[in-house]
Amino acid sequence: MSVRYLSCGDTAFTVEFGNEISPEINDRVMALHAAIGLAREAGEISGVVETVPTMRSLMVTYDPLATSRADLEPRIGLLIERGLPVDGNSRRMTIPCCYDDPEFAPDLAEVAERTNKTPEQVIAAHLGSPFKVYVLGFMPGLAYVAGLDRTLFLPRRSQPRVRVPRSSVAIAMDMTTIYPFESPGGWHLIGRTPLWMFDKRREQPVFLSPGDSLSFERIDRKSFDRIAREVEAGSFDWSSLVKSR
Amino acid sequence: MTAGLKVVRAGLFDTLQDLGRTGFMALGMPTAGAMDRIGLCLANALAGNPANTAGLEIGVMGPDLLVEADSVRVALVGPLSPQLIDGPDAAPKPIESDRSHLLKRGQTLRVGMIDGSSTAYLAVAGGFELPSFMGSLSTYSRAGIGGFDGRKLAAGDVLPLARPSVPAINERKLAQPFDYGSGPVRVVWGPQDDYFSKAGRRTFVETEYRVSKEADRMGIRFEGAVIEHAKPVEKGGADIISDGIAPGAIQVPGAGLPIVLLADRQTVGGYPKIATVASVDLPRLGRLLPGQTVRFAAVSVEEAEALRRDQETRLQRAIAGFVVARPPGGIDLVRLYEENLIDGVVYDSP
Repeated sequence: MSVRYLSCGDTAFTVEFGNEISPEINDRVMALHAAIGLAREAGEISGVVETVPTMRSLMVTYDPLATSRADLEPRIGLLIERGLPVDGNSRRMTIPCCYDDPEFAPDLAEVAERTNKTPEQVIAAHLGSPFKVYVLGFMPGLAYVAGLDRTLFLPRRSQPRVRVPRSSVAIAMDMTTIYPFESPGGWHLIGRTPLWMFDKRREQPVFLSPGDSLSFERIDRKSFDRIAREVEAGSFDWSSLVKSR
Repeated sequence: MTAGLKVVRAGLFDTLQDLGRTGFMALGMPTAGAMDRIGLCLANALAGNPANTAGLEIGVMGPDLLVEADSVRVALVGPLSPQLIDGPDAAPKPIESDRSHLLKRGQTLRVGMIDGSSTAYLAVAGGFELPSFMGSLSTYSRAGIGGFDGRKLAAGDVLPLARPSVPAINERKLAQPFDYGSGPVRVVWGPQDDYFSKAGRRTFVETEYRVSKEADRMGIRFEGAVIEHAKPVEKGGADIISDGIAPGAIQVPGAGLPIVLLADRQTVGGYPKIATVASVDLPRLGRLLPGQTVRFAAVSVEEAEALRRDQETRLQRAIAGFVVARPPGGIDLVRLYEENLIDGVVYDSP
């Protein structure tokens, strides 16, 4: 696999591993993201401000007063040549999700109809999908989570909603997502989690990170309300959702 | 009693900004930060602050600020015509911009309109006493975070000051307004210049673009000649697999008009980016007003880096060249103290 370096002005460049979405390519992106982090900690690379992983590329931002493209690019090339560590992130997250309330899952019936399934089969396929966070963006904490069961692939809604409630769980194309804020949105809403993907009161305001493995756990409305109250009050134990692989 | 600046009349879009919230783009967090880095750095230097101290970014029109502290040193930078009101019944009197001022309790600073730029800056000596969020005080209003309550200032807000009073020392001013440059805006081709036809790339650098009304902290939509994509838009010529968005990235969606993405830009995006504004000219972009026109000219990465280093040298020279600001008939406090060898005078660190 060849690597391309794309210029993003004099404060960033993008290391592109391919022009398609695949787990193999994303693994390499995440590995370089981790490797640069380690090299910065070890003092082998300086002047890097941050790295931004996406599905198939890593943007490296730098301070042009502290380093230069000519100095950085070969150092990063060396890291790639040296061999990238296997996925540095081993977090496995479980997201409780309530699929049962029609208010939470206004599109469940339509998704079932369009995929020739019963609503229960749609839920089972969503619960059984081996999800992985590919990239966060669009708004703080919004994760593009790939790995959706193939039988659930649908294009976005032709008419996006003006208002999607916070914490809606939605699917579109080959991905699922959880809305961190109330916002417009064109994905199919099939459930809701009582969790907030972005909570500015927390020390780590953003819950998910690129590279996280993810699965959904079905909860009923009663559990939803209980967890929602704890999240609202700030007393919810978030660490209970994080497991190491 | 806590010291503060009370907003007695709000401006249009005034937010606290430092040099940006870096390190969290991987979590989808925009950097935000000052639209005009140079303006903020100069204001901070005039106020005796480190460069990354959060200051007030004035958007188009500034607020009226009542001093609720024994004294405060403010520095204003930008084409402003500020006024000072001594008390409830006093007439406003004009004061200079591009310098520091010592204000006393009960005085009101009327920042006023900016003339010929969309942004100007106000720094206070010692900074504002507000909690940082993810390592920064920059306001990102779309998510309601940072700065003062995550939003632009409103009437009634009281900005808490880190220092309840400041010593009387010489006020400082810029020897001359900083030269932001006036030629074409320098850009570096890429990251997706190959998504545009040769004719499209030529259109981009050979014609003039006008700032539309859709210009804010997130970015500027330009009006002008349509830039041709290499592949028909119907066949995905304006779609890429989303990748990272650097400051100054110029994305060109299907309609063919360029959008320059600035401080509050999203972290990743799916439109091809024909070029990226060189960091030397980002402060200029951050000052543009609707209706103003620019041309773009391509430089190499190395040239862009050299231009930025040169600008930094000029910025440091401007800071080293601050002159003593004296009211007409006033005295040079520093010279007086030095000549009289008075001990025990406390200076703000420069």
